[in-house]
Amino acid sequence: MTGILKSREAILALAILALLALVAMRFPAFILPGNLANVLTDTSPLIILALGQMVVILTKCIDLSIAASLALCGMVAGLLNMAGVPIAVILLAVIVLGALLGAFNGLLVWKLGIPSIVVTLGTMTIYRGIIFLLTAGKWINAHQMSPEFKAFPRAMILGFPVMTWIMIAIVAIFAVLIYRTPLGRAFFAVGGNPHAAVYTGISVGRTQFAAFVISGTLAGLTGYLWVARYAVAYVDIAGGFELDVVAACVIGGVAIAGGAGSVAGAVMGALFLGIMKNALPVVGISPFAQMAISGIAILVAIAFNARSSRQKGRIILKQAEHRTVEGTA
Amino acid sequence: MLTETALAKGAEAMAPVLSFRGITKTFPGVRALDGVDLDLYAGKVTALIGENGAGKSTVVKILTGIYQPDGGTILVNGVETHFPTAQAAAKAGVTAIHQETVLFDELTVAENIFIGHAPRTRFGLIDTSAMEVEAKRLLTSIGADLDPRIRLRELGIASKHLVAIARALSIDASVVIMDEPTAALSHKEIHELYELVEKLKAQGKAILFISHKFDEIFRIADRWTVFRDGQFVGSGEIAEVTEARLVQLMVGREVDKIYPKRPARIGPPVLTVAGYSHPTEFDDIGFTLHQGEILGFYGLVGAGRSELMQALFGITRPSKGACRIDDRVMVLRGTADAISAGIVYVPEDRGRQGAVKGLPIFQNVTLPSLAKTSRSGFLRLAEEFRMTRDYTSRLDLRAASLDQDVGLLSGGNQQKVVIAKWLATRPRVIILDEPTKGIDIGSKAAVHDFMSELAAEGLAVIMVSSEIPEVLGMSDRVIVMREGRIAAEFSGDRMTPENLVRAAAGIEGEAA
Repeated sequence: MTGILKSREAILALAILALLALVAMRFPAFILPGNLANVLTDTSPLIILALGQMVVILTKCIDLSIAASLALCGMVAGLLNMAGVPIAVILLAVIVLGALLGAFNGLLVWKLGIPSIVVTLGTMTIYRGIIFLLTAGKWINAHQMSPEFKAFPRAMILGFPVMTWIMIAIVAIFAVLIYRTPLGRAFFAVGGNPHAAVYTGISVGRTQFAAFVISGTLAGLTGYLWVARYAVAYVDIAGGFELDVVAACVIGGVAIAGGAGSVAGAVMGALFLGIMKNALPVVGISPFAQMAISGIAILVAIAFNARSSRQKGRIILKQAEHRTVEGTA
Repeated sequence: MLTETALAKGAEAMAPVLSFRGITKTFPGVRALDGVDLDLYAGKVTALIGENGAGKSTVVKILTGIYQPDGGTILVNGVETHFPTAQAAAKAGVTAIHQETVLFDELTVAENIFIGHAPRTRFGLIDTSAMEVEAKRLLTSIGADLDPRIRLRELGIASKHLVAIARALSIDASVVIMDEPTAALSHKEIHELYELVEKLKAQGKAILFISHKFDEIFRIADRWTVFRDGQFVGSGEIAEVTEARLVQLMVGREVDKIYPKRPARIGPPVLTVAGYSHPTEFDDIGFTLHQGEILGFYGLVGAGRSELMQALFGITRPSKGACRIDDRVMVLRGTADAISAGIVYVPEDRGRQGAVKGLPIFQNVTLPSLAKTSRSGFLRLAEEFRMTRDYTSRLDLRAASLDQDVGLLSGGNQQKVVIAKWLATRPRVIILDEPTKGIDIGSKAAVHDFMSELAAEGLAVIMVSSEIPEVLGMSDRVIVMREGRIAAEFSGDRMTPENLVRAAAGIEGEAA
């Protein structure tokens, strides 16, 4: 398994390099370090959310409300800023609010046993609706935001903006969380075999709840970063972005049936999509063709996923031991 | 007198509707059927009798076209026939009513009866009204007063059986297979089923009746056939045989030498269960398990053994009764409680409940012990590998590396990983549910050897097994369960195959 994942990540890395090479042939300036740093910053929200979505998908769930949570937290950040609340408090507030939104999803999945796709389809609309209730549909524009509020994610430290550093920190935290904590192990166990997880003393529902809280927290944090960076907040910000997030996970090799995925894969899946979104306009491909190309990338990734899991099946069958179980019963 | 003999001769001369001649079926490592013969006669019920693993289910699967035999011939009305698919078997008039009926809960009774061969209108659409009329007629013919238009999920198990039987009749079957049809039925429902079998007989169907229950075999069967370990042992008329003779034919063999049970020093009680009851699965279970003891639980499939063990492991909750470890009363709200109390359970269904395929061996082994291997909330991989190496080497695990995906291991080695996982939690009581089911002989011996070693080290072991040689070979004491209750307990000289089979099947008295 690890072998397949490793080679899958290598293939993804090669695909990213090939994509950059293709773009560079038409538009060499794209691969200048300065531009690549911009692309990285631009893709940071997608990377952060893809990591949150990954833990949810690992546990056999999905969080479709992730972009709506982002929008609601972003709007709350904007409103708090207009009320003169300091940046540190705003950051704390969006993180707590995001965690609560995620916890609401998680509780419905855990305690009521509703399928996550239904729960988050519902909360996705509810969270956007709350934004409307808060603002009556009005926008918060750049001139209504304080300069500090807008400057925070763009402040440069050691050549990168704060937003990029936050993304790097989250990737590092995730690498530890996923591979070096019992909770990280539980995500894989719950998704890989929920029945066995129960027999091992791991609560499937509680683990899924934890995944939703993590996903919501990241959405909350990203909400502030998003609104501050683009200097605008309205009901529909990041509309449809949840699908990009899921796509990044799928391209990154996170199994949609749960139990398999990696931090590196999710990050590279997000990078691949991010580079494509940034590169296609500069090489003069129309926005409609861009959408089609993104779609093709997703299908190729899924086909690749399906193929590798089928191969796994064949290896098991070679042992052919469990077939005898039925035969002798 | 003369007429009777003539009648008997006539029956004897009657040609079977369906016959197996020298049918063989091999799976890797196991010969499930070894040149067996079987004859089914029109208007007669033939009981197929044998222990678990005797090859009964394989016979059903060959008859219904799911498995292909490796050798031998199937004769239908004397003509050699092949059943390459389930459809071919159905076309030849063979139909099966399974242990767990395979029907569709969300479809109506009529749709269930006719799915796959529904009457059509001129335009090729399903003719619902004709289907419902015909369904009603079939149901009435078997004495079932069911509305063909209601959904199946609104029916009880017994009614679902009736629907399955009506379905069998709808394809105009000449051979009806009933695979433990009474396993899930109540007393009253069983009697209704008997009446139904009489009706099918009267219609001239040949019935293959698979059952573990001797009372019902003698109640409704006309003929018997016994298999043992995939081989044909004998057959004849029910009227000319006794229970004792059938039991002897079923179990007649020496206990193998693959059961290296060592004499154990039995210590003080560890687990005491009293009055344990569950609303639907088991009732008034009480026993004491001692340190160093291997306590066998024998019974037929569906006797409630696994259900009891799941309650002892905190997966389900009992309605009444107490469970004590040493002298502490345990309240098991979940599996985590049981594990911390020192009870662990190696489930029967390895694939579903045991190993997490996709995770490497070491992560499977340490999954319930992560609290022990991690420090201040962080995992220590070196510690995990050390723990895994400790336990898997004692079990003689064959794997390329401990980083290997468990899903790529053989069944026997997967079982070793699951057992290692539980041993690593340092339990007081280990419950092994069918620990060697479906694994090869070599791994079997290793698991048995290790079981003895554990008991010798002072662990208390509960072994649920449906294999008599294993139960007798490994246990210090055997509890036999029947229909959710403890039917008998045997130890020492009274642990004989005959006694176990009799207690499990509910035959009064003990064999001499």
